[in-house]
Amino acid sequence: MDHFSSAQFLYLLKGLGWTLVLSALSFVLGSVAGFGVMLARLSRIGPVRVLAAVFIQGIQGIPLLVLLFVVYFGVGIFGIDVPPLAAAGIALMVYVSAFLGEIWRGSVESIEKTQWEAAECLGLSRWQSLLLVIIPQAIRLSLPATVGFLVQVIKSTSLASVVGFVELTRAGQIINNSLFQPFLVFALVGGFYFLLCFPLSKWSQAMERKLNVGRR
Amino acid sequence: MRYTFNFSGLAPYWEMFLDGALMTLELTLASTIFGLILGVLCAIGKRSRLPWLRTLCGIYIETVRNTPFLVQIFIFYFGLSSLGYTMPAAVAAVITMVINVGAYSAEIIRAGMDAVPPGQIEAAECLGLSRPRIYWHVVMLPAFEKVYPSITSQFVLMMLMSSVTSQISAEELTGAANNIQSITFLSLETYIVVAGLYLVLAVLLKALFSLGGLVLFRRRRVVGRAARETARATRTATLRRTAAPRQAA
Amino acid sequence: MSAVVSLRNVHKRFGSNQVLKGVSFDIPRGQVVAIIGQSGSGKSTALRCINRLEAIDEGSIQVCGHDLGGARVDLEQLRKDVGIVFQSYNLFPHLTVAHNITLALRHVRKLSRKASEERARAVLDTVGLLEKYDSYPEQLSGGQQQRVAIARSLAMEPQVMLFDEVTSALDPKLTGEVLKVIEKLAEGGMTMVLVTHEMAFARRVAHQIVFMHQGQVWETGGPEILVGPQTRELQDFIGNGL
Repeated sequence: MDHFSSAQFLYLLKGLGWTLVLSALSFVLGSVAGFGVMLARLSRIGPVRVLAAVFIQGIQGIPLLVLLFVVYFGVGIFGIDVPPLAAAGIALMVYVSAFLGEIWRGSVESIEKTQWEAAECLGLSRWQSLLLVIIPQAIRLSLPATVGFLVQVIKSTSLASVVGFVELTRAGQIINNSLFQPFLVFALVGGFYFLLCFPLSKWSQAMERKLNVGRR
Repeated sequence: MRYTFNFSGLAPYWEMFLDGALMTLELTLASTIFGLILGVLCAIGKRSRLPWLRTLCGIYIETVRNTPFLVQIFIFYFGLSSLGYTMPAAVAAVITMVINVGAYSAEIIRAGMDAVPPGQIEAAECLGLSRPRIYWHVVMLPAFEKVYPSITSQFVLMMLMSSVTSQISAEELTGAANNIQSITFLSLETYIVVAGLYLVLAVLLKALFSLGGLVLFRRRRVVGRAARETARATRTATLRRTAAPRQAA
Repeated sequence: MSAVVSLRNVHKRFGSNQVLKGVSFDIPRGQVVAIIGQSGSGKSTALRCINRLEAIDEGSIQVCGHDLGGARVDLEQLRKDVGIVFQSYNLFPHLTVAHNITLALRHVRKLSRKASEERARAVLDTVGLLEKYDSYPEQLSGGQQQRVAIARSLAMEPQVMLFDEVTSALDPKLTGEVLKVIEKLAEGGMTMVLVTHEMAFARRVAHQIVFMHQGQVWETGGPEILVGPQTRELQDFIGNGL
């Protein structure tokens, strides 16, 4: 039985590094876009709200893999040769923005109406109320779900392998093609993902428990 | 450089699209049914008094929830075949999907069961109901009704996730798209059409589950109908009252 | 004495439910008016119409020179002129007591940081909670939170203060400390409208009592009407209250 050479192990670690890069990139960009999506969804202008809702429902209703392909081939038609990292990054950013936007909107709407009233009666405008009173509370409420979604993002980066981006899963496939020990290789790959995701999952659960206890 | 979309070039392949969509639905149906069963068993296991059972279920759930579906498929399909267990891609796809859905469902169902107020169980015990009967009527059924929306959302998500099984050549919708675009070279159009088809499937599935919810859970039907009738009655009563002459202050 | 708040024939409907059916009363400057009545009599709704939390369907409301039935109401100025304290205090949980008070001072009254902090300390001292300056709402008792809510509203230097059943959610022991603060404000000459169930308090502090019943002003007068009611409904109400 062939054993893992140290070079192959390092190759896996390199893939892990790229997984982290793609995860961070998509999550950060997706968060910024998601904030915008949330504001649009809460807007008082009807068409803006509807557009945001359509966007969210559309993205949430298609598989990430198909979205990846659409972005990959879609960007290609502009003639620019886009590296797989960029295509995957854009697709994931769109994906993340739809989900985070919806999560955050849910949190904002779950803040009691009385907080809005109190802010309004002090003379704060709708924007001031939203930014100074409602959103700070909503962020705290949404933290468990947001961190939970980060776990989803990390797992989703594995799909970038399909468009050729060499992250952890692709690195595993490449190594397996010379080693022919899929069980060992992919169990190891799975193990790496587990090490990344498990602590975050636990953190999210801990935060959720604390929040439920803190509420009187 | 302007790009001209050519959707009509895909028209001759409508049967392949349809076959792929049907396969997606079949995969989803099978994994929903078995995944639900597995989820219920695991939820019960996680709440058991036996510590080893709790730990086992816990390990299963956490492992599945913290690793990517694609990797799970690879482990199952390629891993098992390297150990001598070969199977058709569709079977491997369903088994992996069942394992995946089972873990997520277990968590959801367990939370629903935990949310049952202990006071209700006490009341049932004081009425002399047997343990299995209490478990079913006071714990399981209310838990099902409560978590029905979350669980059915999970199933719709699984349907979308089935697209990943295209990577082991299960002949579902994304697999069909891959084939079609390699023949026609109309890659962008193919995947846009497939995205639309998934959207339609998702909407259909959600609607089906919604209807199913009304059929299964009589309470929602009864309470909903009663609320609508009360609203109607108050409207007619108020109209009658305001039409009557006002009394002197 | 000029009327700071004036309601004339106010009607208000929620869906098919007519809650206010022609309500009229005046609130002269520097006076305390207590609105009493059963649940569902429309007293909270009438109060909430005064600061435009609810819009009226018919009639007119004049508040500090604002015409609330008019086409455009200067809400920003109205909210500076009229302060309100809610039954459930509605403090901002993510901010300290100090920031709860200075938030609107800085962003609405546009005071400097130093000026707003000074004012916050002053009003907290008025309600007797200066030592809680840096505490968070969740660290305070219900009565203390309600006093902070009063301070928050008072800091904006309104011309009129509205109190919507501010002691109904409090234990009897904590109610007293809040009522003391309200009485202090009344002695200072603040124009106040109180929706309350505290009959004894109303009798002692209010200059005018408005008894509402089924969406109308059923009886009104000085505190003496609580001892000698003219209408049967008020008789019933007070009888039940004891």
